[in-house]
Amino acid sequence: MSHEPATLEPGFRGVTADWSADKQAFPVPWGKAMMWIFLLSDTFIFSCFLTSYMNVRMSTTDPWPNTAEVFALTVAGHHIPLLLIAIMTMVLITSSGTMAMAVNFGYRRDRKRTAQLMFATAALGLCFVGMQAFEWTKLIVDEGVRPWGNPMGAAQFGSSFFMITGFHGMHVTGGVIYLSVVAWRVLSGFYDRKGTYETVEVAGLYWHFVDLVWVFIFAFFYLW
Amino acid sequence: MAFVAIADRDHEHALHDPQSFIRKYIWSQDHKVIAVQYALVAISIGLVALTMSVLMRLQLGFPDTFNIIAPQEYYQYITMHGMIMVIYLLTALFLGGFGNYLIPLMLGARDMVFPYLNMLSFWFYLLAVLVLVAGFFVPGGPTGAGWTLYPPQAVLPGTPGATWGIICMLASLAIFIVAFTMGGLNYVTTVLQARCRGMTFMRMPLSVWGIFMASILGLLAFPALFVSAIMMALDSLIGTSFFMPAVASMGEKTVHTGGSPLLFQHLFWFFGHPEVYIVALPAFGIVSDLLSTHARRNIFGYRMMVWAILAIGCLSFVVWAHHMYVSGMNPYFGFFFATTTLIIAVPTAIKVYNWVLTIWRGDVHLTVPMLFAIGFIFTFINGGLTGLFLGNVTVDVPLSGTYFVVAHFHMVMGVSPILVVFGAIYHWYPKITGRMFDEALGKFHFWMTFLGAYAIFLPMHYMGILGVPRRYYGYSDAIQFIPPSVHEANEWISISAMIVAATQLVFLYNLIHSYFKGPVADPNPWRATTLEWQTPQTPPKHGNWGKDLPEVHRWAYDYSVPGAPEDFIPQNVPHSDKTPVGREHGVPT
Ligand code: HEM
Ligand SMILES: [Cu+2]
Repeated sequence: MSHEPATLEPGFRGVTADWSADKQAFPVPWGKAMMWIFLLSDTFIFSCFLTSYMNVRMSTTDPWPNTAEVFALTVAGHHIPLLLIAIMTMVLITSSGTMAMAVNFGYRRDRKRTAQLMFATAALGLCFVGMQAFEWTKLIVDEGVRPWGNPMGAAQFGSSFFMITGFHGMHVTGGVIYLSVVAWRVLSGFYDRKGTYETVEVAGLYWHFVDLVWVFIFAFFYLW
Repeated sequence: MAFVAIADRDHEHALHDPQSFIRKYIWSQDHKVIAVQYALVAISIGLVALTMSVLMRLQLGFPDTFNIIAPQEYYQYITMHGMIMVIYLLTALFLGGFGNYLIPLMLGARDMVFPYLNMLSFWFYLLAVLVLVAGFFVPGGPTGAGWTLYPPQAVLPGTPGATWGIICMLASLAIFIVAFTMGGLNYVTTVLQARCRGMTFMRMPLSVWGIFMASILGLLAFPALFVSAIMMALDSLIGTSFFMPAVASMGEKTVHTGGSPLLFQHLFWFFGHPEVYIVALPAFGIVSDLLSTHARRNIFGYRMMVWAILAIGCLSFVVWAHHMYVSGMNPYFGFFFATTTLIIAVPTAIKVYNWVLTIWRGDVHLTVPMLFAIGFIFTFINGGLTGLFLGNVTVDVPLSGTYFVVAHFHMVMGVSPILVVFGAIYHWYPKITGRMFDEALGKFHFWMTFLGAYAIFLPMHYMGILGVPRRYYGYSDAIQFIPPSVHEANEWISISAMIVAATQLVFLYNLIHSYFKGPVADPNPWRATTLEWQTPQTPPKHGNWGKDLPEVHRWAYDYSVPGAPEDFIPQNVPHSDKTPVGREHGVPT
């Protein structure tokens, strides 16, 4: 929302006022409220995935492969650990930036810019998924990693890796489709007719969430 | 531009009636139709589970006589019976059924906030049920892993349905969770954002509070089941080892190595314990409203009741491992989880006291819904007390795995919520169908079910204390510690179970017959205060409220207010000389 509703009081008093009010607890559109709740639920899904991964990593008796080694690339004769992942992370974080800008232009009802930036965000997301596909291929074909086993150590390494990055990748792919649809509607003037660009913001929430989850996967899976 | 709450908008949101039969009753986005759809599917699949329990009882009561169930099939029966009852009947009926029906009506909304998503929720639920039923017909039959689906046995050959059956079960659960999420997001957002004018949180009927909190629990607990279903499916299908340790099966080493079966138990119960409250909290809320309405008394300690619902909801996430005292987890965990379990008993006990105090010296009308509500208090206290036994590690260790556990959970999450379901169906039947049910048949149904439930489950406490193990197909005389009295008890239980099951046919007859032939119901036959009874039409039309949304002026419990013209003041009646302020938040009159 570009302007805060006039009745909103700041701080704790504002919170109590909202919660003891009738009609609605938050001065936000339904779609946004629902997206927040959905993301909370999704947070629990990813938390379960990550805790399970940590659990099996600790319970397995085989040694855990060295992630810095496994995820290294050799570029021009140099062996650089985690190179691809670093680029992927950069791409995704950049896409969060373009998304934030899109939301900002959405506030101003700048149809063209909003759509352009959203398409850019979707393109960066697609780029991320592409690199992920490259990473998976390299792991499967070159290193012989399979979900049920790998030559480097504990079988759970591959299982967790494919499951968690796969599930996250599906979120990104879904997001790319979602963003493209919304961007297309922005461009076609659908939201101008509707009188509100809130859907852009809602899509933005989802996208930032997917990025944030990646940061955790990055930290817990690749860096640990 | 600030966002405008629905109650402050013009009639842009007044919905137009769909005309064709399909849009109206099948592919419908109306929360009331979706509610009935949910309820009908849930009751149908529940009848399957009921039939299975009768067949199991035939086996247990009269071994070697009927031979309908083969020994290895018995596991499949308990598994499907338990899972259907807990998830596909009770969860779906309380949230998809009553949640859908009551939330918009009780809050003065026209519908859920996203009706299309709500409709999809039902169709996904139906799909989940179909996949579950498909499990009966795949090679090897449905899974026999127990409703807890513990690995390693759930996916090892030797357990019935370890190849196809378990996959059907996991797929069905995953689809169910997707369906629930679509519905649950709607329920929560509607409660938060789409109440009518004057409807503050602290004026919401407790039914809505219970369903609201249960939906939140569902959104946060089902993820754990979802994740474990994915991991178990991977273990089973492509040979990963999340849950599977290195084991030998059928004399051969399996492909698995190094997984953690205990991890599954933690994930399962992180879902499983809140699940108990997903079923119990709506029952708590609804029973509060039934008691208050039919005793013509305001609910005792409304605020306390709300806080108790919230406290139970939060605490239910930190008690899960009381199901795992014998799992081999770190014994210090047992200490922690026993403590939290006893703490959660406090708000629960408060609720029970408040229910009793609500009807104490009330003008109790022993209507059919009221009978069921009072019956609930009895069975719930019973189940709650045995829960205190099982919550303590040292007492639980000898009792776990016996019929004491079966008696406990049937009392607390089987019989008690089912009684509320019956009471609620009778209570809202006149509003949903516009017809009145047959009172005499209803009372017959109550007494047979209530007494029958005790006839079935009370002896199981005794059997459990003797150490009779659960999930057994039969108890031959070779098991020496089982005295003959247990066999007699088993016969008695089985006969009672059959009578109770047959009584449910009377209930179904009553519902179906009254729908066509029952007398036309009064719009507010119980003289209740809540909004759903104040709709312009009965049954309410699409959009619920005609042209204008209702406006709420008081809480939901203004019964027997001194000086009022009648013994109830509906929530949408303004304060005036004729209608006193009432007792909202203990304001004396
Ligand atoms: C007339 C009503 C019912 C009868 C006669 C009945 C009977 C049974 C029987 C015989 C078992 C197997 C016990 C064993 O061998 O260990 C069982 C298990 C179970 N029942 Fe019921 N039941 C009834 C209603 C319900 C309801 C309403 C629920 C809803 C929560 C329920 C939930 C369960 C569960 C969760 C199990 C455990 C399954 C397992 O061990 O994996 N039952 N019931
Ligand atoms: Cu529990």
